[in-house]
Amino acid sequence: MKYIDEFRDGEVAQKLAAAIGREVNPDRRYHFMEFCGGHTHAISRYGVADLLPENVRMIHGPGCPVCVLPIGRVDQAIRLALAHGVTLCTYGDCLRVPASDGLSLLKAKAQGGDIRMIYSCADAVALAQQNPEKQVVFFAIGFETTTPPTAVAIKQAAALGLKNFSVLCCHVLTPPAIASIMEGVDEQLQLDGFVGPAHVSTIIGSRPYEPFAAQYRKPVVIAGFEPLDVLLAIRMLIRQVNEGRAEVENEFVRAVDRDGNRKAQALMDEVFELREDFEWRGLGTLPLSARRLRAEFAEFDAERRFALAYQPVADHKGCDCGEILRGVKRPQECKLFGTVCTPENPIGSCMVSSEGACAAHYTYGRYKDV
Amino acid sequence: MSEPRKNYVRPLDIKHGRVDMAHGAGGRAMAQLIDELFARHLGNEWLAQGDDGAVLPASGAGRLVMATDSHVVSPLFFPGGDIGCLSVHGTINDVAVMGAQPLWLSAAFILEEGFPLADLARIVESMAAAAKAAGVPIVTGDTKVVERGKGDGVFITTTGVGVVPPGRELSGSRARSGDAILVSGTLGDHGMAIMAGRESLGFDSRIVSDTAALHGLIAAMLESGADLHVLRDPTRGGLATTLNEIARQSGVGMMLQEKVVPVSPQVAAACEFLGLDPLYVANEGKLVAICAENDAESLLTAMRAHPLGAQAAIIGSVHEDPHHFVQMTTAFGGRRIVDWLTGDQLPRIC
Amino acid sequence: MCLAIPAQVVELREGDNAVVDLAGVRKEISLSLVDNVAVGDYVIVHVGYALNKLDPEEAAKTLALFAELGQLGGDSTLH
Repeated sequence: MKYIDEFRDGEVAQKLAAAIGREVNPDRRYHFMEFCGGHTHAISRYGVADLLPENVRMIHGPGCPVCVLPIGRVDQAIRLALAHGVTLCTYGDCLRVPASDGLSLLKAKAQGGDIRMIYSCADAVALAQQNPEKQVVFFAIGFETTTPPTAVAIKQAAALGLKNFSVLCCHVLTPPAIASIMEGVDEQLQLDGFVGPAHVSTIIGSRPYEPFAAQYRKPVVIAGFEPLDVLLAIRMLIRQVNEGRAEVENEFVRAVDRDGNRKAQALMDEVFELREDFEWRGLGTLPLSARRLRAEFAEFDAERRFALAYQPVADHKGCDCGEILRGVKRPQECKLFGTVCTPENPIGSCMVSSEGACAAHYTYGRYKDV
Repeated sequence: MSEPRKNYVRPLDIKHGRVDMAHGAGGRAMAQLIDELFARHLGNEWLAQGDDGAVLPASGAGRLVMATDSHVVSPLFFPGGDIGCLSVHGTINDVAVMGAQPLWLSAAFILEEGFPLADLARIVESMAAAAKAAGVPIVTGDTKVVERGKGDGVFITTTGVGVVPPGRELSGSRARSGDAILVSGTLGDHGMAIMAGRESLGFDSRIVSDTAALHGLIAAMLESGADLHVLRDPTRGGLATTLNEIARQSGVGMMLQEKVVPVSPQVAAACEFLGLDPLYVANEGKLVAICAENDAESLLTAMRAHPLGAQAAIIGSVHEDPHHFVQMTTAFGGRRIVDWLTGDQLPRIC
Repeated sequence: MCLAIPAQVVELREGDNAVVDLAGVRKEISLSLVDNVAVGDYVIVHVGYALNKLDPEEAAKTLALFAELGQLGGDSTLH
């Protein structure tokens, strides 16, 4: 597969690993956070950490939209299906997230909820078009990669004059989450730099990271999605740290530039506005960190159409997801990890999605713990 | 004296007719369905006995192997096969991986009221062809009909019986440290062929299900003289699930080499689109073999000489491990666990 | 962030849609988020939408960088 296989080449990896080995200062430790859940998954799935020198440590960040989705939002989706009888369309990632009352979307389906897994939100619009007697709701999650498609779908529904389509909008923003992490960098969390998200950056560009690099004096290197991209980005971070620089650099030049995708940004701005604040699982309530539909598109807002209230639900007392999401603790340090909390029976958000720090470590890396 | 009038029996309307409740009632309608559809295609001397049970010759020395499988696949017809041949191949394989020669099959059908007879005929014809090609007849069967809405078109349960000669022991508990792990060909074909036809998740490709009866390949492998310890077909849950099962049963660990695990480029691409891992995708015409280290090459040669093993490969080895982990050296050079599947593998956006 | 793959546009269809190809597997996707896409271009595909075009020249530069870094004792200027 072109532009994929070349970036997974094992021989090149060995050489890059050697170059990194030459680059590091043996007298210090390096701690880098990969913000994006896709990077967490790639690092675990390819075993990238095995190619890094012992004094370079990767910390998994909160860039997994399923992991930071509060239980209360999944409850809303379940309520729509079971109490309001809508046809609820969702991405596969959300189906197993445990919510309140022992339910998940998958379990709600078993109870008779009409819950459909889709690949693209365009399919939800098509479903609404083909079934005018049904109320179709799309459960919209994701960062800025996934938000523009939802905007297109809503505009499409508007153009078609659909009366039976709406969106439960839980789209969140990347920069506020990074800010929240950077704020927490102190004795608890040692962080020397960030690996910036790949596909979010194709949309928002590299510019939004510049204030963080400047204010918090931490380098940010945007990395492509493949393991060689991640390795190269780590080398670039190490070099910046060694040279005392704190800049935004771009490794993913084949798909990211400083401005990003202006068309996609304009579409997002046209359809969405920022909520005053939004509860994030693990990070608390963050201001101006999530979107909702603008007044002009109010008829497509499921929260308004179905008068859905939001009820926050606290995490299990023993769950350390909050600290794990912020990189302060590692999965193995949570008392519930691997005992009560497993991918089969996830207690907290980090175990729910395959790219959550706990799930990734459990599924791919727990051989290191024994 | 006049001859008794022959009743006129209208033949089944295979083209346009549908299954109705009468077909399951045990009366004339059901007899006609069995006669004109099932027996017509599946016909053999045992089925023709027409009794509640087939009377079969007892086997000589050796032990009996019996296996059963229910088939609920949807869609019923998919690229490369259908529920009919799938049900025949699947049960033949379950018997054959025990080292037994498959001898006879039974087939039980649960039909939904309204199911088109044309589709049923297609399925039964496919089963007949598969059974004939494999040399394993369907000797007895059953038919039930459930009300519309209470079934998914058709469910098929097949049971197979075979004989394993004295002295042959194939079992998931027999993998030993040092053994070699082999697969008979490319992984993930069946699961992705099914996925291609699904709404929303679907895609266009030339991926075709690998459904096949493996007893011929297995016979060739047994004849090679290799010291075979385990044979299993990695169906639901894929290779990863099968290897984890064996690792636990045998109390060992495994180490695979990702670079040599065979996956066709199209299956790899389809998995990329949906965020799936081919190691967890179902196969219906492949097997995993674990044999003594010294026999790996000769076993590989025997497999590759057979059409169903043309892309066979040695993919790893067994070692001592109290945790029974199945691990893999990735093509990238790192290391990871190939863990048990959690629920169904679901396509991801992240 | 998130699962997106580079695929080649092989056919343009009406209404901002296109067919992309990855190693022979084809899927219909939407080009609503990108402009000036021609058959033969590579795009990054996520949940059925092209997010951006992939720049082949920049991709080649990155691959060349990998190769350069791989040489013994190699040192090079980075972006």
